[in-house]
Amino acid sequence: MKEISESIIAEIAEKARVMRRDIIEMLGAAGSGHPGGSLSAADIVACLYFWEMNIDENNPQWADRDRFVLSKGHAAPLLYAALAEKGFFPREKLLTLRKLGSPLQGHPDRNKLAGVEACTGSLGQGISWAVGMALAGKIDKKDYRVYALLGDGELEEGMVWEASMAASHYKLDNLLIFVDHNGLQIDGRIADIMSPEPVADKFRAFGWEVLAIDGHDYRQIMESLVTAQNTRGKPTAVIANTIKGKGCSFMEDRVEWHGTAPKKDEVAKALLELA
Amino acid sequence: MEKQATRDAYGKALLELGKLHQDIVVLDADLSKSTKTAEFARSFPERFINAGIAEQNMMGMAAGLATAGKVVFASSFAIFATGRAFEQVRNSIAYGNLNVKICATHAGVTVGEDGASHQSVEDIALMRSVPNICVLVPSDGVSTRKALFKLYEQKGPAYLRLGRPSLPLIHDDDMEFEIGKGIELRKGKDACLIACGIMVEKALQAADLLLQEGIGVSVVDMHTIKPLDKDLIIEKARETGAILTLEEHSVLGGMGSAVCEVVCEHFPVPVIRMGLDDVFGQSGSPDELLQYYGLTPEQIVEKFHDLIKKKQK
Ligand SMILES: Cc1ncc(C[n+]2csc(CCOP(=O)(O)OP(=O)(O)O)c2C)c(N)n1
Ligand SMILES: [Mg+2]
Repeated sequence: MKEISESIIAEIAEKARVMRRDIIEMLGAAGSGHPGGSLSAADIVACLYFWEMNIDENNPQWADRDRFVLSKGHAAPLLYAALAEKGFFPREKLLTLRKLGSPLQGHPDRNKLAGVEACTGSLGQGISWAVGMALAGKIDKKDYRVYALLGDGELEEGMVWEASMAASHYKLDNLLIFVDHNGLQIDGRIADIMSPEPVADKFRAFGWEVLAIDGHDYRQIMESLVTAQNTRGKPTAVIANTIKGKGCSFMEDRVEWHGTAPKKDEVAKALLELA
Repeated sequence: MEKQATRDAYGKALLELGKLHQDIVVLDADLSKSTKTAEFARSFPERFINAGIAEQNMMGMAAGLATAGKVVFASSFAIFATGRAFEQVRNSIAYGNLNVKICATHAGVTVGEDGASHQSVEDIALMRSVPNICVLVPSDGVSTRKALFKLYEQKGPAYLRLGRPSLPLIHDDDMEFEIGKGIELRKGKDACLIACGIMVEKALQAADLLLQEGIGVSVVDMHTIKPLDKDLIIEKARETGAILTLEEHSVLGGMGSAVCEVVCEHFPVPVIRMGLDDVFGQSGSPDELLQYYGLTPEQIVEKFHDLIKKKQK
C-alpha cells in the first residue's frame, strides 16, 4: 500500500499551491472563466494526479492507465494546471486558456489536448462517461481505475442518478467519484436553489459505498482513496466538504466568484496569498 | 449607436409583461443571472421557479404548469434548453401543444470563450423540426421586446432564440413586428440577403459595402423561422434571382435550409447558405469566432460575388 507520510503530504500541498497559482494566472490572462470551483477541488485533484493515479504523460493513450473525468467541466483550469504540472504539455501553454486556437478550451475537449479523457462542460454527463470507462475496464478485465469529479450543484441533474444506478447495478468497484461539496451553485446557495441533500444517504440508497471527508485535508483525501481501492462489489462516492474559492480569501464561499475572472489587481492579491 | 443584448431586452420585457399579467410564471435552471430572468425573480418571487441544474425536469414542469392556465416562460442556455431537454420539449410541451415559451439565451458562437460545449448551432434545426413550435430569432433589443409581447398573446409553444453579446439597435421603437412576416430593411435588385439574429446587422453592413461597389441588395430580417414567410421569399427570389442566407447556426437544418426548401419548391434560384459549415464552435472572442467561421460583412461580400457568378451562369 502507498505510504501517507508527513513529507508526502507536504509534497502534495506544494503541488496544490502551484496549481492554485496557475489557476489564478490562467484566468487572469483569459479574462473569463471559473475560479471558485477550480480552487475548491484543487486539493482533491492534486492527490489524484500526484499520489494516486497511474498515468504516463509520455504515453497519454496507454490502455492500462487510470482515468480521470472532470464531470464539472467548468473547472477546466484546474485540470489543465494538473496536466501541465504532470508534464503533459509545456507550462507556457497555460496562458493560452480560452484563446482562439488553444488546445485549452473553455471546457475540456479530449480531441484537442492529450490527457483530457472526456468532453465535459454540460453538467451531469461526465459521470456517465466514467461509468462507461469503468464498464470497459470490467469487460477487458483490466485493473485500471476510473475517477470522476462532480459538483454538488451538478447532482441536481437527473442523469447523475441514472449513472449512479448503473454504476451500482454493474458493481463498478473500479469507479470512485468525488463530490465537490462546496454548497454553492450559480444562482446562490444550493440549500436555497435546489437541494440534493441528503447527498450521502442518496448515494447509499443507490448502493454505493459512501465516505464524507474534509476535501482540503490531504490525509483524509488519501485515506478515502485507499478505502475505495479496498471496497469490493460497489462504487465509492466521496462527499468532500470544501470551500468554494479555497486559498484566495476574497473568493472563499462567495457565489459571485463562480464564473468571474480576477482582474489584474485581484490576480496580484491572490498570488500574494498563495506565495 | 445604442446597443443592447437580446437577453437584456428579454429580461426587461419579461418584467414589463409580469406586471401586466398575473398568469405569467417564469422558470430557470440555475442561470437566471445570465438569461436575465433574475429581475423577474426578484420582483415576483412567487411566480418564479428555479428548477436547479435540471433542464429536463424544468421543461416537464413547464408543461404541467401550462395545463393549469399558466403562461410559462422557461429559460436556460440554448444548448441545454433545446439539446438536453429536447425530448421533453417535443413530447411534453409540443405534442401537448401547451402554452410554454422556451426563451433560450447564449445561442451561437458569440457565447465566445466558453467554447463548443456551450455554443448551440443546432437549436433552430431542432426546434423547427417539431410540430406546433413557433420559432423566433430576433435581431435586436427592440424586436426582442415586441416578439415577447406577441408571444404572450399567441397561445401555444414557442422558441425564442436570444444571444449573449451586446448588439446595435436596428429597429425603431414603433416598428411593426408580426410573427411570420419578414421585414425588408433594404431594397435592392441584385440579390437578397436573408438573415436572422445577429447576422441581420452584419447583412446591413455588407449591403453598405456593396453599395460602395454600386451594387444594391435587398436585406430581410427573417425573425420568424416558423411559420416562415414563404410569400416574401418567393417574391424576393423572383425580383432578385439570387439569395444569400445568413445565420449564426449550422447551415444544416436552420434558417438557410428552411429558405432553400421554399425556393426549391416554388421558385428555384441560386442560393448560398452562410453559417457554420457542419462543424462545432470553439473558444475565442465573439468577433474572432465570427471571422473564423466566415461571418463578417467582408466575408459576406465575398460570398455575394460567388453568388452572382452562379446567378449569371
Ligand atoms: C447541463 C448544464 N446546465 C447548466 C450549466 C451551466 N452551469 C455551469 S456551472 C453551473 C453551476 C455548477 O454548480 P456546481 O456543480 O456546484 O459546481 P461548483 O460549485 O463546483 O463550481 C451551471 C448551472 C451547465 N454547464 N450544464
Ligand atoms: Mg458547488
